Parts: sequence; structure tokens; C-alpha cells
Amino acid sequence: MTVEASRQAGGTEGTDLVALLKEAGLAALVALGLGISIIGIRTVTIPGGLGLEYRWDWVVIAVVSVFVGRFVLALRRETRSPAKRAEREVVMNRIGATVQRVSKIAGPVLVVIAIALPWMPFSNRYIVDIATLVLMYIMLGWGLNIVVGLAGLLDLGYVAFYAVGAYSYALIAVHFDLSFWLCLPLAGLFAATFGVLLGFPVLRLRGDYLAIVTLGFGEIIRVVLLNWYEFTRGPDGISGIPRPSFFGLPFSRRVQEGEQSFHTFFGLDYSSMHRIMFLYYLILVLALITNFFTMRIRKLPVGRAWEALREDEIACRSLGINPTNTKLTAFAIGAMFGGFAGSFFATRQGFISPESFTFVESAVILAIVVLGGMGSQIGVVIAAVLLIGGTELFRELEQFRMLAFGGAMVLIMVWRPRGLLAHRDPTLRLSAGGQNAGAKGGAS
Amino acid sequence: MEYFVQQLINGVTLGAIYGLIAIGYTMVYGIIGMINFAHGDIFMIGAFIGLITFLILGVAGITWVPLALAIVLIVAMLLTSVYGWTVERLAYRPLRGSHRLAPLISAIGMSIFLQNYVQLLQGARVRPMAPVVKGGVTLMEADGFAVQLSYVQILIVVVTVALMTIFALIIARTSLGRAQRACEQDRTMAALLGINVDRTISLTFVTGAGLAAVAGILFLVYYGVIDFYIGFLAGIKAFTAAVLGGIGSLPGAMLGGLLIGLIETFWSAYFTIEYKDVAAFSILVLVLIFRPTGLLGRPEVEKV
Repeated sequence: MTVEASRQAGGTEGTDLVALLKEAGLAALVALGLGISIIGIRTVTIPGGLGLEYRWDWVVIAVVSVFVGRFVLALRRETRSPAKRAEREVVMNRIGATVQRVSKIAGPVLVVIAIALPWMPFSNRYIVDIATLVLMYIMLGWGLNIVVGLAGLLDLGYVAFYAVGAYSYALIAVHFDLSFWLCLPLAGLFAATFGVLLGFPVLRLRGDYLAIVTLGFGEIIRVVLLNWYEFTRGPDGISGIPRPSFFGLPFSRRVQEGEQSFHTFFGLDYSSMHRIMFLYYLILVLALITNFFTMRIRKLPVGRAWEALREDEIACRSLGINPTNTKLTAFAIGAMFGGFAGSFFATRQGFISPESFTFVESAVILAIVVLGGMGSQIGVVIAAVLLIGGTELFRELEQFRMLAFGGAMVLIMVWRPRGLLAHRDPTLRLSAGGQNAGAKGGAS
Repeated sequence: MEYFVQQLINGVTLGAIYGLIAIGYTMVYGIIGMINFAHGDIFMIGAFIGLITFLILGVAGITWVPLALAIVLIVAMLLTSVYGWTVERLAYRPLRGSHRLAPLISAIGMSIFLQNYVQLLQGARVRPMAPVVKGGVTLMEADGFAVQLSYVQILIVVVTVALMTIFALIIARTSLGRAQRACEQDRTMAALLGINVDRTISLTFVTGAGLAAVAGILFLVYYGVIDFYIGFLAGIKAFTAAVLGGIGSLPGAMLGGLLIGLIETFWSAYFTIEYKDVAAFSILVLVLIFRPTGLLGRPEVEKV
């Protein structure tokens, strides 16, 4: 009953205050239905089993806030004309376009800021650490953007390639004692190979099936890492992963006889900041390579083919593009950058375990790509700074982090289904409605 | 032989639970063509509501098991349906007619949200519950190995079969079922013929959530422990079941659930228990690669 009544109330026209109150009341009733069990009653462990704890005040707060919120929203909807809403959409699109245009100038400025960051008077170890973390996610976001944003393949198991990169770096470095610079391309290669191996059988699948299968692969890799104890040391993880060196010069305080370390070679005093700054610049360079590579390959035939495939696969096939090979390159290249990021992660942490490669990690990277606007490079940067940097600043609210994450994903999808800064210039505009029709065609 | 029969019983029980969840996936996919990623979490919420209701009944002194079970089932179905309805209303309905990935991403967001919502409000630790239905019968005994058929397992299979029968009748006989099948075939045409499409979709989510709630309670009484994370794995396996049976097909969901339950149980019994999740995922991958329409599904034609 509630279901139908409030649905109808949602469609009521006119600024009738009674109708609005009724609508808000029904929303509050639904909130009561939602809250009475999970919010109102909490199960607590007591000696000899489970006990109950009642929190009716929380339910009252929830119901009242839903009532007020719904009322305000309904009032706004009634007083604002639909034309306004369309206008807002146009404005947001224009902002997206402007940011894209500005990003040509802003990009180099941001890079300069990023290079200068460790030398700023206010910067300290903590800030550089957070910046490194943000850059790592920017790199992962850019890598996944190739797959999701450009080629339009929803990959829910991106963390698998990240894990393959991290583990192959760790295992090669620990067992064969190769340097970071040799392991890095190897790790990327391994991840790309995995991308091809996993991608080859599944890329024939359509959008959402592909998403679930990649999610399955991500989980399979995690379960294997967890249980193949002889190879990966299972839940214990791999520790003692060698730290990167500055072209053979280690960042250690003590040096062995006859060898030099970074600070003795350059005649500096030892400082633990050296390694942190080196890691920061390392990830900055890696991320910039990713970005540069993406920007360039976008202009090549294969990059064009990715975007064309995203828009309309049937049209592409009829024009002679091999969809499987094209998708496979996107998958492999995306995986390779994931692998690079993974080996950076391993060398930065010095310890890895399957704990770091759960589905949530995939979802976070995906959220960065999607919220920024699929296909937008600058959008990834903004989203990563907001999501990763933002949550680092609000450390005390750690427990609400994922809640806000999920909520933000839903809200942004509802508000702007193509992401905050999504903007695509149509190559050919038929009419005023042409862009809209193109968007729909791409969805099929 | 005895070991085999025991595993068969266990597998059918597990399969019944998966089948109930799979119906929710398959119906939603059939009607709006999206994977309701949050469905596993609706199942988890159903289990939590069931646990809370059991405890309240314990406080209220209602300890006669059949009555308590009936009350718990009804309360949890009702309250979980509200969750199903709200999820659809907030996260999916505004995205209808949007591009294909948008509802899926919104569903993933919803799934993360619901998990953390329950984790924050109910705590992250596992919740154990004292067994409600105790005892069982010994079917056969040989070489010191007794094949047990517990009353819980009988209960699970009976409840599942009853619900599925009722549900199949609803789909086949009632006006709601007709509307649902009409929307599945052609939403625009159904709307032109006076079917309230939004309402039909809402009711699909409501019934799916109700069945998921029952599955949650059965899971709770069978295993006796739940936490906020159970929805993820159970959801993926149930989705696998729906795909295996042929997504969009109701008998397919039941058959798929049964098969996944059996495969998982036998895999754990005869191979390695550590890799039982890998078995389920591998089946999903294999089915999608070699027979994307599943066992009982219809081929999907992609239109330009």
C-alpha cells in the first residue's frame, strides 16, 4: 500500500502544500519501515549469547530528517520549472567542456605544482606521503580509464592486475634479487599477459556480463593468492620486499664496505625524507607516463577504435574493426599500467598480502574513474584528490568512509549518469537532439 | 556411498537457499535488463532483520518454534521488502533510460552503502545465534558413518519448495504475474496497454526482496552465524546460479541454484574446501563463455 501511495504522491502536480506534506509523510513512513529494525535495534554480544539494545532516538532522528528532507526536495521541485532543470544540465555540460579546455593549460600547471610540492615550506613527511598515495590512485584511475572510459568495458576486477603486478614484483625481487628497474617492466608485462589471458575468452560478452566475469576473475586471483601457500605465503603475505634504489644507490643509513648510498654519493646528510621524496617523484613520473601514453594512443587508430567501440559495437564491426582484438589491446594496456602501479605499491610498502587486493579496492578505483567522468583524464585527478585525499584528511571518520563512498557513487550516477566532468564533443551533430540520441545509441 | 548421500543432502539444502536468492536476480534482469548488484546485500539485511526478530520474540517469550518461525518469516519479508522498494526507487528508477552501465555502477554503490550501513549500525563482528530447530533423523548408517538429515534441512527444502510454488503460481495466474511478463517482453507496449510499468517493476523488487529475506532467515537458522559481509559471496553465487539456469527464466533460477549448491558441496567434499569459491566463479566464467543463455534461457538478440 505504502509503495503505491507514495509513488502516486511523487507524481502529484501543483504546489499543493497538503499534497507535499502527504508525500513527505509517506517518505517518513518508509523511513520508519527501514529504520525500525536495523537502526532501532542493535544486537550486542552479552555473556551467554546475544542481547538487544534499543536506539529509538536514532529512528526518530532518521524519520524526522527524511520527512524534512523529502519536503524540502518536493518544494524545490514544485517551485522550479522543468526548464530550469534542463538548463542546469546544459550548465554542467558547459562546465565539463570548460574544464576540458582549461585542462590543456591547467595540466602543465598542475604538473609544476606536483613537482614543487615536496619543496614547499608547508610540506612535511605526512603531506608527501598522502600525495604519493593520491598519485598512486591517479595512476590506477588513468590505467582503468583506458578500459572503462575509452573502451567502455566495465572492469570490476582491475585489482587483479594490480595484485599480479605487486606479487610478480615482490616474488621476482625477493627470489632473484633483481633491481626495481628490471622488475618494473617485468611486472607490467606479467600483468598485461594476464590481461590478455583473462580478456581473450570473456571479451565477447556484453557490458554487464563482462563486469561480473571480471569481478569473478578478481576474486579468483585473490583466493588463489590466499591459498597457494608455497608460492605466495598465503595470508602471511610477502615481507622484506627490496626498496627501490636511485640507479643503484640505496637509501639506507648504513652502507656496506666499498659501496655507496644515496646520501654519501651526493655528500648529503642522511635523511629519511630522501626515500619518501624519491618514491613521490617515482610515482609522479609513472603516472605522467600513463597519462602521456593515454593521450597519445587516443589519437592513434587503435585509440579511435576504442572510443568507437564504446559508442556502437555493431557499427564498428560493420566497418571492419575487429572488436575482440581492439578490446584486448585496451584490456592489456590497462592491465599493464595496473601492474606498474602494483609493483610501485609493493616497493613502497615493503610488504604485501592478499588483504590489500579485495573487491573494495576495485570499487574505489572504479569510483574514481566513474565519478570523475568516464574518459576524462582531469576528472580522474579531481576525483582521486577528493576521494583519497579527502578521506585521508578526515581520518577520524574512517568508519564512514566507505558508506560515503557508496552513497556518492549512487548520488552522482543519479545526478549525472556519465560522471561529473563527462563531456564528449560529438563529431557530427544532426539536430539539437543529436547528442542525446548518440548517447542512447552508445548504450545499446 | 553414505558420504555421497550426505553431501547430496547438504548440497540440495544449500542449493535451495541459492535458488531463492537467484529468483530476485533473474526477475529483475528479465524485466529491466540490469544486474541488481545490491540484491546480495538485501539478502544479508533480511538475515539481520530475521535475527533481530528472533531475539525480540525470545524476549517476548514466544518460544514455540513453528509460531516463532512464521512470525519471523512474515516480519522479515515485510521489512526487507521496504528495503528492496527503496533501493529501486532511489538508485535505479531515476536511471531508467540512461546508458547501460549507469544502473550497474549505481547498484555497486548501493551494495557498498548497504554493507557499511549494516556494519556501522550492527557492528562488524559475526553474530552467532543459538540453533532454533534442533535434531534430525538418521537415514542410514554404515561403517560408523551416519547419514544425517536434520530438521533444519527438511525445513529449508520445504519452505523453499512451498515459496517457489506460490511464486510460480503468482507469475502464471495473477494479474501481477501477467503484467510482469508483459513488461518483460515489451515495456513500451505494456505501458500503452495501461499497465503501470513503474509499479510492476517496484513490485518485482519487492517480491525479490521478500524471497531474499526468506533465504536470509534460512541461511541464519542453517549456519547460525551471520555478518555484514555474507551478502557479497552469496549474491555472486546466486547470480551465477541465475546465469547458469538462464537469466530471465524462473525454473532456470531454481535449477541453477540447485546445481551451484551441489557443485559447491561436492567440490568441498571431494577436492579442496579452500577453493570452493573458485569453483563457483569458474562455473560462472565457463557458462558465460560457452553458453551465455544458460541452460533454460532464450538467446538474446542485440538490436541496433
